[in-house]
Amino acid sequence: MKYQTRKKAIVLLEDGTVFHGKAVGDQDGKAFGEVCFNTGMTGYQEIFTDPSYFGQIMVTTNAHIGNYGTNELEEEADTAQISGLICKNFSYYHSRPAADMSLQDFLGKSNLFAISDVDTRALVTYIRENGAMNAVITTDFEDMDALKKELSEVPNMDGLELASKVSTKEPYFFGSEDAKYKVAVLDVGVKRNILRHLERRDVYCKVFPYNTSYAEMKEWGAHGYLLSNGPGDPRPLEGVIQVAKDIMEEDKPLFGICLGHQIIALANGISTYKMHHGHRGINHPVMNLETGKGEITSQNHGFTVSEEETAAHPDVKITHKHLNDNTIAGIRMKNKNCFSVQYHPEASPGPNDAYYLFDEFIHNMIKEKA
Amino acid sequence: MPKNKELKSILIIGSGPIIIGQACEFDYSGTQALRSLREDGIETILINSNPATIMTDPSMADHVYLKPLNTKSIIQILKEHPQIDAVLPTMGGQTALNLCIEADEKGIWEDFGVKIIGVDIDAINITEDREKFKQLMSRIGVPVAPASTATSYLEGKEIAQEFGFPLVIRASFTLGGSGASFVHNEDQFDEMLTYGLEVSPIHEVMIDKALLGWKEYELELLRDKNDNVVIICSIENMDPMGIHTGDSITVAPAMTLSDVTFQRMRDLAIKMMRSIGDFAGGCNVQFAVSPDEKEDIIAVEINPRVSRSSALASKATGYPIAKIAAKLAIGYTLDELDNQITKSTSALFEPSLDYVIVKIPRWNFDKFEGSDRTLGLQMKSVGEVMGIGRSFQEALHKATQSLEIKRNGLGADGKGYTNYDQIIEKLKNPSWDRVFVIYDAIQMGITLNRIHEITKIDMWFLKQYEELHALEIEISKYKIDTLPKDLLLEAKQKGFADRQIAFMVGCLESQVYNKRSDLGINRVYKLVDTCAAEFKAETPYYYSTFEAEIETKDGKKYVENDSTVSDKKKIVVLGSGPNRIGQGIEFDYCCVHGVLAASECGYETIMINCNPETVSTDFDVADKLYFEPVFWEHIYDIIRHEKPEGVIVQLGGQTALKLAEKLDRYGIKIMGTSYQSLDLAEDRGSFSELLQKNDIPYPEFGVAETADEALALADKLDFPILVRPSYVLGGQGMKIVINKKDLEDTVIDLLRKIPNNKLLLDHYLDGAIEAEADAICDGENVQIIGIMEHIEPCGIHSGDSNATLPPFNLGDLVMQQIKDHTKKIALALNTVGLINIQFAIKDDKVYIIEANPRASRTVPFIAKAYGQPYVNYATKVMLGENKVTDFEYSSKLDGYAIKQPVFSFNKFPHVNKQLGPEMKSTGESILFIDDLKDDEFYELYSRRKMYLSK
Repeated sequence: MKYQTRKKAIVLLEDGTVFHGKAVGDQDGKAFGEVCFNTGMTGYQEIFTDPSYFGQIMVTTNAHIGNYGTNELEEEADTAQISGLICKNFSYYHSRPAADMSLQDFLGKSNLFAISDVDTRALVTYIRENGAMNAVITTDFEDMDALKKELSEVPNMDGLELASKVSTKEPYFFGSEDAKYKVAVLDVGVKRNILRHLERRDVYCKVFPYNTSYAEMKEWGAHGYLLSNGPGDPRPLEGVIQVAKDIMEEDKPLFGICLGHQIIALANGISTYKMHHGHRGINHPVMNLETGKGEITSQNHGFTVSEEETAAHPDVKITHKHLNDNTIAGIRMKNKNCFSVQYHPEASPGPNDAYYLFDEFIHNMIKEKA
Repeated sequence: MPKNKELKSILIIGSGPIIIGQACEFDYSGTQALRSLREDGIETILINSNPATIMTDPSMADHVYLKPLNTKSIIQILKEHPQIDAVLPTMGGQTALNLCIEADEKGIWEDFGVKIIGVDIDAINITEDREKFKQLMSRIGVPVAPASTATSYLEGKEIAQEFGFPLVIRASFTLGGSGASFVHNEDQFDEMLTYGLEVSPIHEVMIDKALLGWKEYELELLRDKNDNVVIICSIENMDPMGIHTGDSITVAPAMTLSDVTFQRMRDLAIKMMRSIGDFAGGCNVQFAVSPDEKEDIIAVEINPRVSRSSALASKATGYPIAKIAAKLAIGYTLDELDNQITKSTSALFEPSLDYVIVKIPRWNFDKFEGSDRTLGLQMKSVGEVMGIGRSFQEALHKATQSLEIKRNGLGADGKGYTNYDQIIEKLKNPSWDRVFVIYDAIQMGITLNRIHEITKIDMWFLKQYEELHALEIEISKYKIDTLPKDLLLEAKQKGFADRQIAFMVGCLESQVYNKRSDLGINRVYKLVDTCAAEFKAETPYYYSTFEAEIETKDGKKYVENDSTVSDKKKIVVLGSGPNRIGQGIEFDYCCVHGVLAASECGYETIMINCNPETVSTDFDVADKLYFEPVFWEHIYDIIRHEKPEGVIVQLGGQTALKLAEKLDRYGIKIMGTSYQSLDLAEDRGSFSELLQKNDIPYPEFGVAETADEALALADKLDFPILVRPSYVLGGQGMKIVINKKDLEDTVIDLLRKIPNNKLLLDHYLDGAIEAEADAICDGENVQIIGIMEHIEPCGIHSGDSNATLPPFNLGDLVMQQIKDHTKKIALALNTVGLINIQFAIKDDKVYIIEANPRASRTVPFIAKAYGQPYVNYATKVMLGENKVTDFEYSSKLDGYAIKQPVFSFNKFPHVNKQLGPEMKSTGESILFIDDLKDDEFYELYSRRKMYLSK
């Protein structure tokens, strides 16, 4: 082994602050996006392939990234969805017999630019204090003014619709045709593990593009509907909000996760807003107000639903709260067969404490059938 | 209602004297628990026989009982305090759990209406009885290694036949794996089976199929009465299954676990904790993971109490496990409690780290001559260090620099092994130098595959080592002037010390330091905050690292530093590093009191230490905690950053004291006794001149550097002669010789072990009585705080002697000489602070053996026995805030207090247990007696006669 020092690279934030680092794999590159951080200590592959992170430059706070390579079975989508990666120590060598490639090769496969050796802790502190903002990571920083100009042209996440970019173009099926239940999944960026969870519970899924109407979905004869997670601001997704309204109108079993949860809120006239720097990690404490039990959850959202409006809404019950900042983590419609959560019960990555929500969804379909 | 209102008064059981496998981590957890309960207005009653602990301070609990840990004491306490509602036995290790079970079996808790909190009896029984544990695990679907119990020799043989070798034999109900070993063949098996049956208190052994080479992990859990469970920390053992976790190099967070496998492990752990009983508290679970693509997980064991690992996990994450566990035991739920670090988020969460910690155990095999030095299932280490860094490599380096075994880190000091066969042998049979040998092997050119094959250490770790070595090679190509900035920064980021870099490029340490200062490569400090900077944290708990630059929008360059310096006047207290024989918990006691006293005087207090087991490294103790190696480079950088008024070196044992010279040389103020005085006391020649001048007798002595010089000296001194190296701890290498042949052998042996040492030869006062005095001096007045008389005759190390406070049979004449000598010496040395002087008394004449102008092992003991805060007084004197005469000294002792040493010989079956001038005990206990007619005293005293007749 010969010791290698790597090419210099930088993170340039929208406000002009620069963090120095090194290019992973000595590659040249440039990537733009909203910079956000995830505090998970495991599950980088799941994070990088989660469509909810589409268009974002990810800062991983864990000291090392890439230690156990990647494994096809642990992907949430076929390729990496983030637009760039910022880390502290990048593992060029991985150790895991079950891995099929190194993280470096995986990033190469997805054409993803990554930089390491950045003071990620300082960067996270900066985002925490100054809020989420756009950034560029690059090895090409000779002409800073041109770079700043290019960065200023990147659209702001607030009001940005991204679901169309990650949603499937054509409907597809997941699971066994002979399964007991049929669930129509509206894909605004669905994570594969949501489908795996349903499949494990004897569900046959049909995954529809984000711009499908309720009528088209209904034709398939689903027992229940799932509004998936996904990236971007929920407000521009008017078609999807209408689908949610239609499903509730007919009182079909409906389960919303993350972006899907925000859409259900919007469909009920509750507004959403962009958070200061969001929740992204696998250690987020949530209190289930119905059982009085806590759960450690996987979260990834930069928008959330209005606390006051939810509390004041006559038809909506708050079922879960985030214990750190008291934001709404879950709701249930009082007179409808519908519930949703802001976090990720499918985990992947993260703790499996909230699997029961999938069982509840199944139970809601049984209720509906009977 | 947050807590159970029925609980108003709670009894906590401590862990007793320090032994291998149960050390000062329980002082840390017990202290936290006491504080935690008192915050809730609960009356606390504590029993612990260990006087060197902080938890047994009068200020820590409402009632402290320094009594033997047995049911007799428990009954006495419960009689005196019928108001006790509950007992919390989970803070005092296995000792406390065992005592709790014994009292339960005798029906004591029931008789006095005392509830057990924090655990339930069933849980203890299940987790300690491996057969029951195995059955329960198979019932709940948690895989365990094939295992069976045997209560007889015959039964054991049958099991071995069924499973085949290799096997593990483990004795039930024992501590730190005593009586556990691997057996690879029949002969070994017979021997170990017999031994295991013998040491088990219930005459039972568990025979397991050995999972040699599987990866080993631990999880730390907390659970509340609502059955909420959180995982505080994952710890990966770099050494795979086969080496006791207490003897393993461990890393947090886990480095080589995928999320899928980690979550599977998390689910299993939670299931296990819920299955063993219905209780609120902490729990430690150990797992083995198969090193193949299947990643099978097997449960190894579960401990329903705080542990060594939970202390480590608390320091690693910042999440105070024992403190929260105590709250959960009194009925709080996790969601009702705050994260103690951020103060703004919930305690129901799982910490996230943006750094890595590495723990390396500290062994003391040199004290156990003839012991088997190979690491295995039985824990043999006596202490540990933790390094924190922004990468595994940095943390590993900092941990090795913390060990204080004259190494500067990995490689680059010319001290590595260079013999191929020796390296292979050492890879096969890991010992104390495990962490270094891997580096040596790479340096030798042994392939990583071969190292992995032998050690089964995960390749990821070996690759990290390999990169360090590659960096050393790269740097060695340069001279100090040509070394590029980037390379130097990377070397610092990977934890190489200035001294190591100096070795690589062939220059002085100070040249490397100056170069990096010129280039702006400076240490910055980062916070341990439980949340990877996601939230603002309030707790000043720091570690150092080197980071990349940041540029503000107006082009200002800086490196982010989380530690802002206040404008208050500050004091640095240097800690005592890893526990070892001769320097243990008593110095942590002194450091903590030093910090508290300085704080009372209005100073901002700064603690520097690297021992994760201690109270001094609790972030609640000092105003600022730097969890850093007590190693010059780190200390100096902190001092440059904080600019304190001065540094206290008297309280941290030899570790801190050794740094005095350099501090003095760099113009940093040492509080209290000056470096010159410290050096004078250490230098035998100048010190005896001082004694001579003051007309104080001492045994004839001389200094020799060769065997010839020693033999010549012997003619002058007369046998018996006490031979010892200079500048050592706990009487290391000390021997009494009675003829020239012995003398020659000893001298040659010592010079081989410690080359270039000056050996001290004293005429040994045969049959003399030994005594010691501790005093506080402000340069003008001297206050003797206690005089202790050893029960064993002179020649047994003071740390290994039973001793009484006050002396039991020294006449007025002798006592007066002791007092006079103490005062004279303290003043002559210009002592400001504490001093300990040891005496030999023969024919009513008092000779000086040695004087140490620093806190001694006996200070905490005297403070406890007399119920007086002497370290507090001494610190205020050191700081110049008070004079000796400002305090009142009133002893509250009726009768005598006996200090009794405790040994850990049972961990080393074939070791020589004979006592001598070299200290071997690992801990001590205190016993109060009303008068000398006491049976226990009589017994100790009669043993003295035995020594004399030898």
